[in-house]
Amino acid sequence: MSEIFSPISVPMAKPAQAASEGAITRGVLIGIAVTFLALFLVLPLFAVFTQALSKGIAAFLDAFREPDAWSAIRLTLTVAAIAVPFNVVLGLAASWAIAKFEFPGKALLITLIDLPFSVSPVVSGLIYVLLFGSQGLFGTWLIDHGIQILFALPGIVLATVFVTFPFVARELIPLMQEQGTAEEEAALTLGASGLHVFRTVTLPNIRWGLLYSVLLCNARAMGEFGAVSVVSGHIRGLTNTIPLHVEILYNEYNFVAAFAVASLLAVLALITLVLKSVLEWRFAGELAHGRAH
Amino acid sequence: MVETPRPRWTFRRPSVIPGFGISFGYTLTCLGLIVLLPLAGLVVKASGLGLSGIWNVATDPRVASALRISFGVSAVAALVASTFGFLVAWVLTRYRFPGRKLVDAAVDLPFALPTAVAGIALASLYAPDGLLGAPLARLGIQAAYTPVGIFIAMVFIGLPFAVRTVQPLIAEIDKEIEEASATLGATRIITLTKVVLPPLIPAVLTGFALAFARGVGEYGSIIFIAGNLPYVSEIAPLLIVIKLSEFDYGGAAAIATIMLGISFLTLLAINLIQAWSRRRFGYV
Repeated sequence: MSEIFSPISVPMAKPAQAASEGAITRGVLIGIAVTFLALFLVLPLFAVFTQALSKGIAAFLDAFREPDAWSAIRLTLTVAAIAVPFNVVLGLAASWAIAKFEFPGKALLITLIDLPFSVSPVVSGLIYVLLFGSQGLFGTWLIDHGIQILFALPGIVLATVFVTFPFVARELIPLMQEQGTAEEEAALTLGASGLHVFRTVTLPNIRWGLLYSVLLCNARAMGEFGAVSVVSGHIRGLTNTIPLHVEILYNEYNFVAAFAVASLLAVLALITLVLKSVLEWRFAGELAHGRAH
Repeated sequence: MVETPRPRWTFRRPSVIPGFGISFGYTLTCLGLIVLLPLAGLVVKASGLGLSGIWNVATDPRVASALRISFGVSAVAALVASTFGFLVAWVLTRYRFPGRKLVDAAVDLPFALPTAVAGIALASLYAPDGLLGAPLARLGIQAAYTPVGIFIAMVFIGLPFAVRTVQPLIAEIDKEIEEASATLGATRIITLTKVVLPPLIPAVLTGFALAFARGVGEYGSIIFIAGNLPYVSEIAPLLIVIKLSEFDYGGAAAIATIMLGISFLTLLAINLIQAWSRRRFGYV
């Protein structure tokens, strides 16, 4: 009897083994995936730094002696300093309205907020040229009143805000929806004012999600190329952001300088990635679940 | 018995939470002024040309060739990105190996790296004398200044979309189903193709569509490596920029409208796939 029920007498692969690939297959698949990522993703990043330093440190630093480089850095910081806070306020307002209340047409509103993600960067710039360009809808009116939007800071900010529009909102909406309204309702019932509830209950609940979205929003705002390129007019020292300055240097065959300035943005990208990963590892429970990025 | 009066219909369901008016109003105002109004301007401009006007632009040989390159190369690149994206997602969720978290973080690199930086880096790598361009040239493949270069850039920017749409679903697969399949005598290959893969197909298709849409609209990472030769390696977004620099607003708006139209159809396809997937499998 005991012979029959002995587990050894039944020759069967362990489910854990049968439900996975063999060690060799695993090794090969990991190898292919890692090689592919190294070739397609990591090598370009690596190339930015090697090219920037290919003529030595002195040549690298020379790129930052140029006043045009500094005006590009200043412009990029200015644009991000306007676009990111704007997106924070918008994201907080949108997620508050959408997550804390029930109203018809909510799905449509979320889709419309997401819309800029599916528009080509070049088209995102084009739509403002069609409005504010010299032959645009408001072109003559703007010229008559001496208002410059295109080929100036307002145009660059508008294009940047357009391409980053969904960043904060699409992180905060699902996060606030997951958290529901019970805590806010409890605080309100206990007599707290609306603003007080927002500051002491809602904001602490969403702080990591907010920081996460600000990081990504800032990276895009500082790095945006297509949309800004269309509306900036490429005036050296005036309307060139860092990415546009990189383009100009590259097209002038000034490769070391182009890659040196580009390495600033590459470092920014690396910092963004590291902070983003840290947030994902440490505070996964306090970020929106199942983000589609 | 007192009959409770039927509540008056209100736009939003009553709630004790304050601030709906201001947050909703602010969101709508920003959305309208910054996103919807300018996009409407594009539609107005394009409709001014009429269907025949748009058709004339679309059939101009240079425009037609740019559209063909943008959509054609992007389809191939999205196919490669979603194939390798699936493999990467599988390896990252199913296997444990040293450096896995680092590799996982690296997948998002194309999201974080500005497109212009990626563009010049790819151009220098794949130039005929570049680190990867030289070996490819010996194999008889010229990458830079050809559609191959466009393809490489599009795979680069499309990959994260392909990985990140499939990854959460692979993580959610119930391993017991695979074990059941194995216990019932299925080989690993049969289990993978008949049990594991079918529910993942909608996500793979979604990832493909996202990578495709991104590739079609992409500009910064492509123009440096593409060389931008008309009829050979000129993409549609670049042609918009060229039309604008020639003050041909109508032509630019027409190309943009065609691109938006096709992108809209792609988005529609994604939604249909997801709706179908919800009916078929009960989740997205």
